Amino acid sequence: MTTAEATWDPAAPLVPTGNLRRRLIVNRIAVGGATLAAVAAVAVLGIVTWTVFHKGASQLSLGFLTHNPPRFPGQPGGGIAPAIVGTAVIVALATAMAMPLGVLIALYMTEFARGSRSAAFMRVVLDLMNGLPSIVIAVFVFGLVVVGHGQSGYAASIALAIIMLPLIARSSQEVLLLVPGQLREAADALGVRRWRTVLGVILPSAMGGILTGTLLAIARAAGETAPVLILCSIFSPGIHLNPFSVGQGLDNIPITVFTGSEQADPASQARAWGAAFVLLAFILFTSLGARALLNRNRRRLSG
Amino acid sequence: MSVALRRNAATRPRERLGDRVGDFAIKALCALACLVVLVLIVDIAYKVISGAHLAIAKYGLHFLTASEWKPNFDRFGAVTLLYGTAVTSGMALVLALPIGVSIGLFLSLLAPQRLRGVIGPLVEMLAAIPSVILGLWGIIVLAPAIRDAEPWLHRTLGFIPIFGRPETTGASIFTAALILTIMIVPIIASISRDLFLTVPRELQDGAIALGSTQWEVVRGVILPSTASGVVSAAILGLGRALGEAIAVAQVIGAGNLIHTSFFESGDTLASRIALQFPGALSKLHFASLFYLAVILLALGLLSNLAAQLIMRRFDPQRAHAR
Repeated sequence: MTTAEATWDPAAPLVPTGNLRRRLIVNRIAVGGATLAAVAAVAVLGIVTWTVFHKGASQLSLGFLTHNPPRFPGQPGGGIAPAIVGTAVIVALATAMAMPLGVLIALYMTEFARGSRSAAFMRVVLDLMNGLPSIVIAVFVFGLVVVGHGQSGYAASIALAIIMLPLIARSSQEVLLLVPGQLREAADALGVRRWRTVLGVILPSAMGGILTGTLLAIARAAGETAPVLILCSIFSPGIHLNPFSVGQGLDNIPITVFTGSEQADPASQARAWGAAFVLLAFILFTSLGARALLNRNRRRLSG
Repeated sequence: MSVALRRNAATRPRERLGDRVGDFAIKALCALACLVVLVLIVDIAYKVISGAHLAIAKYGLHFLTASEWKPNFDRFGAVTLLYGTAVTSGMALVLALPIGVSIGLFLSLLAPQRLRGVIGPLVEMLAAIPSVILGLWGIIVLAPAIRDAEPWLHRTLGFIPIFGRPETTGASIFTAALILTIMIVPIIASISRDLFLTVPRELQDGAIALGSTQWEVVRGVILPSTASGVVSAAILGLGRALGEAIAVAQVIGAGNLIHTSFFESGDTLASRIALQFPGALSKLHFASLFYLAVILLALGLLSNLAAQLIMRRFDPQRAHAR
C-alpha cells in the first residue's frame, strides 16, 4: 500500500497494468464473443438463403411457375403450378377463419375486458396455444375431421388457422392498445354508442397494424409443413381449387419441398429447391414488408 | 320525481333499437370468440388423448419405458424417441443459449445504434425461415459437410463418447441438433434482447461510473436482474425444439436404437409422428402415434406454462407491464 505511492513515476505512460489490464482483456473477449455470435447468426442466415437462391434460381422460369409437375417424380422438367395454387387456397381459407376470430378476441381483451382477470387469462391461453407444437395441432385436426372421411384442403386450413390465431390475436391486441384513449373519450363525449366507436373509430385506426400482423401470420402459416403433411398430402395431379372435396387434398409448396428432400433423384431435388426458392422469397418479402408497415403504423399511432 | 324522470327522458338522446342490439351483439361476438378458443384448446387435449385411448389402455405408462417400435408386430414403446428428443433438444439448448444471449447482449448494449437496426431484423428473418427449408438445406448441404467433419471430430474429441465413430450419411442426431440450434437461437436472441432493454439505464450508468467495464456491467447488473427472463426464454426455446417435427424428420435418419454416439441416426417424438402418420399400418399404430402426440402436448404445455410462471413469479416489473 505504502510502497505504491513511493514508486510513482510521473513520466510513466498511462497504460492499464495488473488487474485493470486483466479486466480489460476479459471485457474484450466478452464483447468479441458477443459480436461473433451475432455475425455467426447473420452468416447462417446468409448461407441458407444464398444456397436456396443459388440452387432455386436456376430452376426458376415462367414454365416452372405455370406448369404441372411431370407424371413420374423422377422425370426432369415440369413446374409447381398446382402447389402454388393449393398453398394459396389453403392459406387464404385459413386466414378467412383465423383473422375475424383473432381480431374479435383482441377487441375483447382491449375494449371490453381491459385489465381484467379474464383478459389476462385469455393472454395465457393464447400464449399456450402459440406454444403448441404444430404436429400436435395436425394430429388433433386429423382426429377432428380426417378420421373416417379422408384428407382434404380444409382440414389443413383449420390446422393453419389454429396456428395463425394466437399470432393475429396478440399482434392485433398490441396495436389496439396503442390506439389513443382520447379517441374513445371523444367518441363517448359525442354520445356515440360503444359498438359504433369500435367499428367506426377504433378498428379503422388500428386496421393497418392488424393487417400487418395478419401478413406475418400468413408468412408463418405458408411454410408450416407438419399440418399439410398429415392432413393434405394425398392428391391427384393437376390444379385443384376446391378445398372442400373430401378425400382429395390440395398439392402445396411445403409438401413439394418435403417430398423432394426425401427423394434421391436429382430432378425431384431440383424441384424441391425451386419450390423452396418460391416459398422463401414469398416469406421474406411478406415479413420484411409487414415489419416495415408495422413500424410505420406504430409510429403514427403513438404519435 | 316523475317530473325529473320525464325531463331526463326528453333530454336523453333517442335510443334506437339498433344501438342496443349492436352494443350487445359486438360484445357477445367478442366473448364468443374467446369461448371458441377455450373450447378449442380443451378439445385439442380431449381429441388427442381419446385418439391415443387404444394405446393407453394397452400399454399404460409402460409405453414410456418400452424400447421396441415394430409396427409390423404391433409392438410399440417410446423410450428411444424420448431419448432422441431429450438429446437433440438438450444439445440444441446448450449451444443456443449462450449464442442467443450473446446476440441479445450485442443487439441491446454493444452494437452501435445503426448496426442494431440492420442485424436485429436479420436475426428475426432467421426465425422466419420455414423448418422444411432448413431441413432441405440440412440434409443436402449440412449433412454431407458434417459427414466430412466427423473423422476429424472423432480424432480430436473422441475421448468423449458422444463423438463416436464416423458414419456414412451425415443424417444423425448431431445434424438434427444443429438444425434445432439454428431454429431456436433467434427465439432466445429476440426475447433476451427485449429483456436487456428493460434494465434501467441508471443501474448501468451507476456501474460504469464505479469503473466497471462493459462485461462487468453485463455480469454484475444486466444478467442478475434479468436471470428469470433468460431462463424462461431458454424454456420457450426448449419447447420449440421439443416439438419440431419436420426439419428433424428430414435430417435425423429415423433410427430405432439408442446410441451414445451423436453421429448415429435416431428419432424424436415429433419426427416419428411426422414420418409414420401418413402411412400408419394399424389402429394400434395410429393410437401409439397419438400417444406420442399426448406426450408432446404435455411437454409443450408444461414448458410454456413454466416459462410464463417464471417470468411472472420472479419479475413483477414485466408481469405488470401489460
